[in-house]
Amino acid sequence: MTVKRISKNTRTTFITYGFVAAAFAVLQVLNSSGDLSPLLSGMLIPICAWVVMAISLNLTVGILGELSLGHAGFMSVGAFMGTTAAIALQRSVESAPLRLAIAIVVGAVFAAIVGFLIGIPVLRLNGDYLAIVTLAFGEIIKSIFTNLYVGIDERGFHMSLLKDRTDLLPGGKLIIAGPMGIGGVERISTFIAGFVLIMICLIVIFNLVNSRAGRAIMALRDNRIAAESVGISVTKYKMMAFVTSAAMAGGAGALFALNYSTVVANKFDFNNSILVLVFVVLGGLGNMLGSIIAAAALTILPEALRQFADYRMLVYAIVLILVMLGTNNPQIKNAFATCFDWLKGVFRKQSAKVSGERKEV
Amino acid sequence: MAKIFSKNESPLVPMPSEAYIPQRDLNKTPVLECRRLGINFGGLVAVDDFNLIIGRTEIAGLIGPNGAGKTTVFNLLTKVYQPTKGTILLNGQDTHDMNTVQVCKAGIARTFQNIRLFNNLSVEDNVKLGMHNSIQYGMVRGIFRLPSYWRQEKSAHERAMELLSIFNMEDMANTKAGSLPYGAQRRLEIVRALATNPCLLLLDEPAAGMNPSETAELMENIVKIRDTFQIAILLIEHDMNLVMNICEGICVLNFGRIIAKGSPEDIQANPAVIEAYLGKKKEA
Ligand SMILES: Nc1ncnc2c1ncn2[C@@H]1O[C@H](COP(=O)(O)OP(=O)(O)O)[C@@H](O)[C@H]1O
Ligand SMILES: [Mg+2]
Repeated sequence: MTVKRISKNTRTTFITYGFVAAAFAVLQVLNSSGDLSPLLSGMLIPICAWVVMAISLNLTVGILGELSLGHAGFMSVGAFMGTTAAIALQRSVESAPLRLAIAIVVGAVFAAIVGFLIGIPVLRLNGDYLAIVTLAFGEIIKSIFTNLYVGIDERGFHMSLLKDRTDLLPGGKLIIAGPMGIGGVERISTFIAGFVLIMICLIVIFNLVNSRAGRAIMALRDNRIAAESVGISVTKYKMMAFVTSAAMAGGAGALFALNYSTVVANKFDFNNSILVLVFVVLGGLGNMLGSIIAAAALTILPEALRQFADYRMLVYAIVLILVMLGTNNPQIKNAFATCFDWLKGVFRKQSAKVSGERKEV
Repeated sequence: MAKIFSKNESPLVPMPSEAYIPQRDLNKTPVLECRRLGINFGGLVAVDDFNLIIGRTEIAGLIGPNGAGKTTVFNLLTKVYQPTKGTILLNGQDTHDMNTVQVCKAGIARTFQNIRLFNNLSVEDNVKLGMHNSIQYGMVRGIFRLPSYWRQEKSAHERAMELLSIFNMEDMANTKAGSLPYGAQRRLEIVRALATNPCLLLLDEPAAGMNPSETAELMENIVKIRDTFQIAILLIEHDMNLVMNICEGICVLNFGRIIAKGSPEDIQANPAVIEAYLGKKKEA
């Protein structure tokens, strides 16, 4: 009995790792043998990116317990900075996977810095300020990137806002061209890289959750006053979770952007922030496997049902409301619980029959 | 027989704040000294002119009718509220510039009247959170699971089990704190507070909602905790049996002011206390 309970946490962790690894293996095999539909095979990398977005937002929303409405903003920072790095290193770093790795790291670092700057004023406050500020941040970052010009020549990087005043020397290259974004990107993202990124994020989150810092973060979520009373610094641990989450979103942004030949700021708008939040809520707060499945399913669905895509947001809204009602309604909860118990009972009976074991009372 | 006196006027007992430190603690710095502590909420004077000295290994009681300001005193000591008046000396050190976290590190631990556990975490994790500041490894070591992570988690686990064994709660270690029965939640709060390694433990109505046999056990355990850890305990409690049996000094609060201080015998015989609790005695 006790042994069973001890392993519960660890079991969930390994089920999640196992699920991701298995899904990757199956998709990879199908993809290389050409058995995957072109639609799905083209979706593999975006799915990875959205999965990383979902699990990273789950760190902020589910584990830290703070609402963030601008997660796509961090993705945007990662996308632009990562792609810029990839383009700048085009000549000096030959190997594409290495360049991709550097781009992801650069994207993550910049997103983390931005997250830190936002966190300094906001995470000191208690209440829903983070939601409000991240909402604004998402919009601000979008208009910054639609008005940003960044170029590179042998003197180094040049940037300007609103108008192209980079004055590049001949031979220089304009990387970010305002509303046009970044064009002519070499598509170096790979499915394997996406899988590795997901695994790294999962390992970081699970190891964090089971460590001293992660416990402190969850303690803040459960009861801030009690957490302070046992000597846990609120700002420090909120910051830790928020910045980690932003960094992962930045990495996802770089992975996502380097899968397309152009990057424009409009791709990372408020709708996407909400979409990621929907993945998290649907999958269950704090439930990483749920987030992964929800992100993957909801990324494929609208593509598969292209003709209904206009109603996509409508359906999401309805589903979201239903799920919220469901999770807050004790009757529906009980109904689900009864279902699960019944299922468990059936399975247990069967396994008892098979192994001839005595049923546990 | 009952005397009538106005609230501001000092009643029968003169109040030397150090009057009831047990003999054994007399020559040591008191663990806590409050001088003229006070706080207002807007116009409401919740606590005023609160003077108290607690000896190093004393079990002291803070009693008074509902709304007297007892919990507010705890909130002042732990800096949930910043006092508007007065000083708090913890081990002789002024806590004026400290916040809740620093006060905890300086040695005050507490429980809450309305239980505040980390409900979604296991009992063991709740206790380990109490040890947060005595576990040393940082975030990066935790994520990479370096040897220090395993070493410290192992010793934290052992220590948590040891602390849980005070209340025979080891077998609940993996239960979610939120799903524990009420009494066990109260006990877990005490264990979590002890895990911070305090020199002064504040218990806010530890026996509330417990049945008589649970209360009796709790009484023994409070004394046991004081004896084993050699710490001071200040407790708020309405169960007079508990207070009179284990407290060495008692301080009675009414309308935010101390109306009496003394040993259990003194307090039981004090007409001001009787009046505060029972109202003015009617002539038969
Ligand atoms: N944060 C606050 N704001 C305003 N009034 C408060 C606050 N906290 C406590 N009080 C008031 O202070 C008085 C004492 O409350 P409390 O310390 O909780 O009493 P008790 O002795 O029952 O623990 C009450 O009148 C309460 O309404
Ligand atoms: Mg109270």
